[in-house]
Amino acid sequence: MDFEINPPSESSRPLLEVRNLHMRFPIKRGMFRRTVGFVKAVNDVSFSIRLGETLSLVGESGCGKTTTGRCIVRVYSPSAGSIQYQADEGESVDLAQLDSRALRPYRRQIRMIFQDPFSSLNPRLPILQIVGESLKVHGIASGSELEDRVALLLERVGLRPEYIRRYPHAFSGGERQRIGIARALALNPKLIVADEAVSALDVSVQAQILNLMQDLQEEFNLTYLFIAHDLSVVEHISHRVAVMYVGKIVELASTDALFSKPLHPYTEALLSAVPKPDPRLRNSGARIRLEGEVADPSNPPSGCYFHPRCPYAQDRCRHEEPAAREIRHDHWVACHFAEELELRGFEAIGSSPRMGQAR
Amino acid sequence: MPDDNDTLLDVRDLKTHFFTDEGVVKAVDGVNLSLKRGQTLCVVGESGCGKSVTARSILRIVPAPGRIVSGEISFRGRHGDRIDLARMNPRGRDIRNIRGREISMIFQEPMSSLSPVHTIGSQLMEAILLHLPVSKGEARKRAVSLLDLVGIPRASEQLDAYSFELSGGMRQRAMIAIALACEPQLLIADEPTTALDVTTQANILDLIRELQEDSGMSVLFITHDLSVVAEIADEVVVMYLGRDVESGDVDTIFHNPKHPYTRALLQSIPRYDSLAGERLYSLKGTVPHPFSRPAGCPFHPRCDDVIAGQCNTNDPQRYSISAGHSVRCLLYAAEENRSVVDTPA
Ligand SMILES: Nc1ncnc2c1ncn2[C@@H]1O[C@H](COP(=O)(O)OP(=O)(O)O)[C@@H](O)[C@H]1O
Ligand SMILES: Nc1ncnc2c1ncn2[C@@H]1O[C@H](COP(=O)(O)OP(=O)(O)O)[C@@H](O)[C@H]1O
Ligand code: SF4
Ligand code: SF4
Ligand SMILES: [Mg+2]
Ligand SMILES: [Mg+2]
Repeated sequence: MDFEINPPSESSRPLLEVRNLHMRFPIKRGMFRRTVGFVKAVNDVSFSIRLGETLSLVGESGCGKTTTGRCIVRVYSPSAGSIQYQADEGESVDLAQLDSRALRPYRRQIRMIFQDPFSSLNPRLPILQIVGESLKVHGIASGSELEDRVALLLERVGLRPEYIRRYPHAFSGGERQRIGIARALALNPKLIVADEAVSALDVSVQAQILNLMQDLQEEFNLTYLFIAHDLSVVEHISHRVAVMYVGKIVELASTDALFSKPLHPYTEALLSAVPKPDPRLRNSGARIRLEGEVADPSNPPSGCYFHPRCPYAQDRCRHEEPAAREIRHDHWVACHFAEELELRGFEAIGSSPRMGQAR
Repeated sequence: MPDDNDTLLDVRDLKTHFFTDEGVVKAVDGVNLSLKRGQTLCVVGESGCGKSVTARSILRIVPAPGRIVSGEISFRGRHGDRIDLARMNPRGRDIRNIRGREISMIFQEPMSSLSPVHTIGSQLMEAILLHLPVSKGEARKRAVSLLDLVGIPRASEQLDAYSFELSGGMRQRAMIAIALACEPQLLIADEPTTALDVTTQANILDLIRELQEDSGMSVLFITHDLSVVAEIADEVVVMYLGRDVESGDVDTIFHNPKHPYTRALLQSIPRYDSLAGERLYSLKGTVPHPFSRPAGCPFHPRCDDVIAGQCNTNDPQRYSISAGHSVRCLLYAAEENRSVVDTPA
């Protein structure tokens, strides 16, 4: 069987272009709830997502992945910046500028699936209503037609169609995640923002859901913004990867380039921390120990936000913030010394052989 | 039962069931494990397979309506005496002298075991004073050196910190410091890094490894993450539906796995060298509900190697593949020279 698929090339048009996105949350204190500062959760983030690709956002918790995703599905109104969306051939809209009425047609095309399938499904509603709700709201189907469509959707995500009358509690974690995916698929979306969609699942269930997502992508030419902190999963599913640190994208490249030739010291440190599923690779390539804590996004350090933890930091890093630059073709990085540093990729740190197959 | 001095913990055919109104949940239904001094044994398996209940059974902190129904938990005490923890009164004095003193436990969520109203320092000193005959001043000194040991910066200042003032990784370190307060012989770690970022996880795994090298304590490490197992285990027990399905040293489990479930788990992990668009191996079906445990081999409805007419009726015993490597699978029953690993009747 031929597994190779063609990753969407750079020439394929961007479905979504995020430019200089900012999202600030006010910090309120005291009796009068005065605003004493801002959490800069997303701080001048720019990237595009190409039609049919999977772009992953990775980084430690609190770096702004979820907030970025929520701005794109417009759960949040961004503090600044634009989110250009290519609706249909030629027509382009800035989602960041639209009010909720104007957003309605686009809410069908951009859907979100969540980490916790348990809390994201209303326990009092049967599957028919959970999955079919959006079809009803948008006046697309009702009555027996609705039932038929929901049954088809369930089948497509690997659930038995007769489950439509059951309630969420009767399903396992993996099954609930399938329900969440069926719900997202109901309106034939173009872009799915998957926020830690497989993070809480056991490895065998995770494999099933990742396979399902890849099948659906090929079948419906879906585009994914895949938010995750597990780098092995990201390496497996993504065409391109963006690494975030304290509200900023520090590196963005094709999956291969990022994992084999990272250009940002933070990416190198992240890759070196990933445990390899092979005891023979233990300690191969000494790990880069990141000292200190992730910076506070309401009070970030001067210059390069990573400088207090960066093993390569120099004086310049404390004063001057590095701009994102395209150093290699299609490989963006925000580090003053990206050209000079010789950083180690995943392979140098150790990859794993194919295991579990021979008896 | 091995009576060598090297074996610190030896669990034989442990069964811990929950007697709920809806029926009996056989959370642990035949688990065997053996842990040598100074070694790390990983118990791995998917959620609900009975890892935490196994750990809690050893410390005798299984919540009602659960209880140990049979089996043996043989532990070699500080003075060389062998005791069966399974037979102790869970509220008695003997087990209380073991908990925290000889066996300590750390959890996935440190907030559940750290008090929000006491400082880290007072909790540490309490743990020390409870078990060791030292003065308050000495306890305080020891508390500072423990925080220092687990890598908490400015240790003497942090004595006065409350747990909510610390980051996730620092809380996990504080909990480890409390667990180590009395230099236990055995540390039970139940998914201690599952909620942490990879960078913090790597630091905590390093810490546990270093502490173990220095103190010679044994570690029973529970996780669902095979990559973490590869990183720290000496020995591994793979669990499925309350049973040990395969046990062996870490290299054997990863490079010569025998049980179809172990092999399926290993193949489900995303690998670095996968081709673009390649699909992962995926086990069919889901873990059955505890009330509808399949007859015969409990794994048979999901097994690719199922032997028709056998696996759905015969419950596999533990077959020995080689010294220290055993498998509960009928595929290995017929082969010659195969001996059944003895379990007490
Ligand atoms: N609704 C909110 N109000 C205030 N602060 C928030 C809110 N949501 C997120 N934050 C803060 O913004 C930062 C980024 O959070 P988040 O986007 O959830 O990160 P991630 O998904 O990468 O873990 C964190 O510091 C978080 O505490
Ligand atoms: N207090 C309880 N009452 C009833 N069943 C329980 C209780 N605690 C655990 N169980 C059941 O015991 C089984 C094993 O649980 P556990 O040991 O927590 O699994 P693991 O730690 O491997 O995820 C599960 O089926 C779980 O539902
Ligand atoms: S700019 Fe300086 S501190 Fe920032 S990542 Fe590069 S070398 Fe490190
Ligand atoms: S006993 Fe049969 S069903 Fe069970 S694991 Fe072995 S081959 Fe599979
Ligand atoms: Mg998040
Ligand atoms: Mg558990």
